[in-house]
Amino acid sequence: MKNHEPDKPWDLTRFPTIQPPAGSRPHADAGDATCFLGAEDRLRAPKLDEAVATIKNWFRAMSLNVLAFGTGCGAIELRPLATSRFDMSRFGITGAPTPRQSNVFIISGYLATKTLKRVIRCYEQMPNPKWVVALGSCTINGGMYWDSYNTIKVLDLYMPVDVYISGCMPRPEALIAGFSYLMDEIKAGRANGWHHYLENLDWYRENQKQVITDWDLPDYNW
Amino acid sequence: MDLASRIGWTLLSFFVALNYGFVINGIIRKVMARIQGRFGPPVWQPYIDLGKMAFQRNSISHGIMFWLGPVFRAVGGVGLYLLMPVVMGDPRLYAFTDMGDLLLMMYFMFFGSLGMALGAGEGGHPHSPIGISRGLSQMTAYELPFILAVVALVAQTRSFDVTAIMAAQQGGVLHWNLFANPLSSIAAFIALLGMNMYAPFNIVGAPTEIPVGPMTEYHNAYISFMMVGRSAFAIAKTVLFMNLFLGGAHSVIEAVVKIFAIYFWTVFVGAVFMRFRAEQSVRFFLRWPAALGVAGLALSLWR
Ligand code: SF4
Repeated sequence: MKNHEPDKPWDLTRFPTIQPPAGSRPHADAGDATCFLGAEDRLRAPKLDEAVATIKNWFRAMSLNVLAFGTGCGAIELRPLATSRFDMSRFGITGAPTPRQSNVFIISGYLATKTLKRVIRCYEQMPNPKWVVALGSCTINGGMYWDSYNTIKVLDLYMPVDVYISGCMPRPEALIAGFSYLMDEIKAGRANGWHHYLENLDWYRENQKQVITDWDLPDYNW
Repeated sequence: MDLASRIGWTLLSFFVALNYGFVINGIIRKVMARIQGRFGPPVWQPYIDLGKMAFQRNSISHGIMFWLGPVFRAVGGVGLYLLMPVVMGDPRLYAFTDMGDLLLMMYFMFFGSLGMALGAGEGGHPHSPIGISRGLSQMTAYELPFILAVVALVAQTRSFDVTAIMAAQQGGVLHWNLFANPLSSIAAFIALLGMNMYAPFNIVGAPTEIPVGPMTEYHNAYISFMMVGRSAFAIAKTVLFMNLFLGGAHSVIEAVVKIFAIYFWTVFVGAVFMRFRAEQSVRFFLRWPAALGVAGLALSLWR
């Protein structure tokens, strides 16, 4: 694995690269048929499958369930988002109390390493496909916690992030904009962070184990 | 009517009832949102949710009973619906009324919750048994006023047959059991609040308290199946109340309006009340509604 430098979050070489098989198109529904890694041909999609995937993605995008898990200060912005002033249910976004019933995880700010362990556990318990929205500068480059001894700085080293919303802290309007971007990405079949996570589980695990010293999670928990 | 066309009509009416249940769910979400000063999701949101849940992957199962829980629940709803005459005098909408009486119907009403309790118990999450114990104790409590009310109606008409009870209410609005036996009706309609589990009796799901109670480990396909079962059950239960207390319906339009009115009685009560604690809810049902049920029974025996 590549050691990351927290001061250079723009350095994209920190990501592992996946090579899709020659002649195949990336496909939103790729991981659905199989539970886990190994089936090479699942990236190859005939026309009908693609049409079905488009319909499925439309349904998924129009009904997002956000896991009730607040980290950092940004969680305070989720209340106005859910209540009468901004009302996210207009877009079919509702809260879900358990990881099993949710498909969007909002990381709403700085993440202590202690919390990261729980976040990973919850993220892996969510059924696929699932998406991560990262809120605030703390998740992008550490923000004002950049020199803290127990928070992580770059979130996408530990879990795949589909949408970043910048700001300290972002207002609910920004969140709504982020959500509508996420919906467009899902409908277009481009929000494949969960698939990326499955493909590169080892890489993510290694990074996670570097910061979580008291590692006692099972190898995977879904 | 021969069996094939009977089955065909029953399937058709069940399909329509199911969709009506979904539309009602959408309207409920909209109404609740408007009461809270929000716009709320579109009315067709339950359909989108259903589709989405069917298209998400299922990650786990906890065993055979975990699978069967939602099935039992759906069977309770479907079984109840199949025994129910929906529109009076229209044999096409009588389903299989002649094959079961009120006792079987009441069995079906409680069968679903019991199956669900077994299934959810296998999920293993600590919130599940808490929700189940709350749900079953509340069920035992609201069953008392409801059964007392039903027994009063049976004593009044001297029949366990729903069609006989409906026939006894014909000839004007004042012949409905709602007015002919008001005490029992009030007891039963309060019991309906507990059955539909809106506030103040939403102690089973109890959002933010024991997040979703028995359903904690259920997800996606399980929930989409449960949504179907729940809409069927909600409509079937409401049709039973319509037949028992509101004189049944003479046309589909009348049935639609009455079902809407009965169902939204619980929704509007739910919109303005806070949640009871578990023991408050049980005590509530065992006091005034039960007393009303006994009084209604005495009234119908005395006449
Ligand atoms: S980005 Fe700002 S508001 Fe958000 S968690 Fe960090 S410090 Fe708090």
